[in-house]
Amino acid sequence: MTSHVSRLRTEAETALEAQFAALDLKGARSDAFAAFSAKGLPSRRDEAWHYTDLRAALKHAAPLAKAPDAARMQAAGATLQPLPRVGETRLVLVDGHYAPSLSDRAPPGVTFVLAEATTQADDALLALNTAFAPAALGVEIAAEAGPVSLEIVHIDGPGAVYARIALSAPKRAVVAVFERFEGASRETQRNAVALIDVAEGASCEWTTLVADAAALHLEAPVVRLAGDARFTNFALVCGPALARRQIDASHSGPGAKIALNGLSLIDGVRHADTTLTVRHSAPHGESREFFRHIVADEAVGVYQGKVIVDQYAQKTDGGMKSQALLLSPNAQMNNKPELEIFADDVVCGHGATVAALDPEQIFYLQARGIVRADAEAMLLEAFGIEAIERVADEKARDALNERLRDWLKRRAG
Amino acid sequence: MMLEVKNLSVSIHDQPILDGLNLKVEPGQVAAIMGPNGSGKSTLSYVIAGKPDYEVTGGEILFDGENLLALEPNERAAKGVFLAFQYPVEIPGVATMTFLKASLNAQRRARGEGDLTTPDFMRQVKTAAQSLKVDFDMLKRPVNVGFSGGEKKRVEILQMALLQPRLCVLDETDSGLDIDALRIVSEGVNALRDAGRSFLVITHYQRLLDHIKPDVVHVMSKGRIVKTGGADLALELERNGYRDYSEAAA
Repeated sequence: MTSHVSRLRTEAETALEAQFAALDLKGARSDAFAAFSAKGLPSRRDEAWHYTDLRAALKHAAPLAKAPDAARMQAAGATLQPLPRVGETRLVLVDGHYAPSLSDRAPPGVTFVLAEATTQADDALLALNTAFAPAALGVEIAAEAGPVSLEIVHIDGPGAVYARIALSAPKRAVVAVFERFEGASRETQRNAVALIDVAEGASCEWTTLVADAAALHLEAPVVRLAGDARFTNFALVCGPALARRQIDASHSGPGAKIALNGLSLIDGVRHADTTLTVRHSAPHGESREFFRHIVADEAVGVYQGKVIVDQYAQKTDGGMKSQALLLSPNAQMNNKPELEIFADDVVCGHGATVAALDPEQIFYLQARGIVRADAEAMLLEAFGIEAIERVADEKARDALNERLRDWLKRRAG
Repeated sequence: MMLEVKNLSVSIHDQPILDGLNLKVEPGQVAAIMGPNGSGKSTLSYVIAGKPDYEVTGGEILFDGENLLALEPNERAAKGVFLAFQYPVEIPGVATMTFLKASLNAQRRARGEGDLTTPDFMRQVKTAAQSLKVDFDMLKRPVNVGFSGGEKKRVEILQMALLQPRLCVLDETDSGLDIDALRIVSEGVNALRDAGRSFLVITHYQRLLDHIKPDVVHVMSKGRIVKTGGADLALELERNGYRDYSEAAA
């Protein structure tokens, strides 16, 4: 006898079904939605989502954000205007749609194109993005282009916003990207995917700033590294009610190096999840992960890092570190570092610490006259700045440090 | 009287450390406190500075007649109490210069004075650093991180010179110092001696007192002052050890 247990659809899942049906799409998008629909929203029963129960958290699915009209573009322009420039060439997406009128022209050797960019969608976040996202904004870099410095600005209003970016760095290219998410409110549910290919000998430093107040921030960079390629990411997350960054990186050529870093500042009842997988499929690869969390009030931090070393990936050098400061007895940090090693000649390690502010340090500062609240703020700023120091680009670093200080000021005030 | 400790009893984790201790320090006086390990010397210095975790079960500490025990550590500092730590604390990520400026300005604000201008601050730091042979570049590094034992102690005295406290508590400032560093640190302390400033110099050894000549020496044992004498008392202790005084307190 077989029994069929049919899962009850949540209100949000039912709404997503209706939204997709109304679009009447076929092909890859339809396949992706079917893949999502078969499993529904991920919950704590799914291992990768164990600490972030999206099914329970997403009480309703926001209506799809429309393609921006003239009034919306004007409002987005006003949001954009005060933001200090970080990269040389600014690219703007409004509610997930490339906005040429707010963007700079592509520099020599670089073209911006709109294209269908598909990706394997065995994950709910990627599947929904594939199903719903407007055409991907492709950044194509010619082989002879010099160093490229981009600032990608997402300006998102209320509603469900899907965005997709595809960037390919050709052989030996040098690319710096500062990606920032701005404008969102508690009515914004965001899903952003970046498909990043780094060709042989190319290097890409990608900095991410997630500091607006989205209700939901789902972000999935998918990174492919060829031989001797370099990829570095640093993400500052502070603001969204629920943030999940899931990074899927793989080394397909020998000698590739990846460094994934981040700082999450979470207070109130916010929840910030960084879940990453780095797969080494070629020898002599290197991966470094370094994540810091400051968790206050009743906030929840999640760090899940999985490094997989295939049997051919000999001489892989992997190191993972997660450090959290908990500022209240109700603050929570969930750490899950994992190593899956199938090669026999590798150096891989991981470490995770969760601690409160050090009372000895606070006393030392107070003993010199510094008021307790200021002493705490100094120590928190130091903890944050030490992480941000990993960003090589000075302008990007300054922008992140400023956000860190704003966050500390807001907490104190 | 600058400092008056009256019948002070202190416990940590229900373990009594100080047991009815009495001590007076006059303005301009350099008082040494000597005593064996575990006699409560460091506890006394921490309780004066206001370290949490110590439970005062009896007595009081008066500074200029005011009850210090009611004040936060930073309030005590602003009133002029300074503790040179036996083990200066490392603070990764906070540049020493930033820390010095924050300390100085916090104390000025607490006294209703305005912040120092950056040039004034830099001038003061440079002068203090030169006299204590502290490499100026070292002050750009995080507080005490990667400093040698001697460097840490010199930077403690540098802080003291900048903050100009009225009561300086030196908790085993000589520990971990070689002879040259001991001389530099002692000269730094001696330069600060004046009629309005008092010192409580806690040490195991006579050695430091060769450089910083005390006006009075107190012997501490089992949480009390068991003997008080002149500078020659330190020499006597150096010869005979603390055995006699351990008995006295029992």
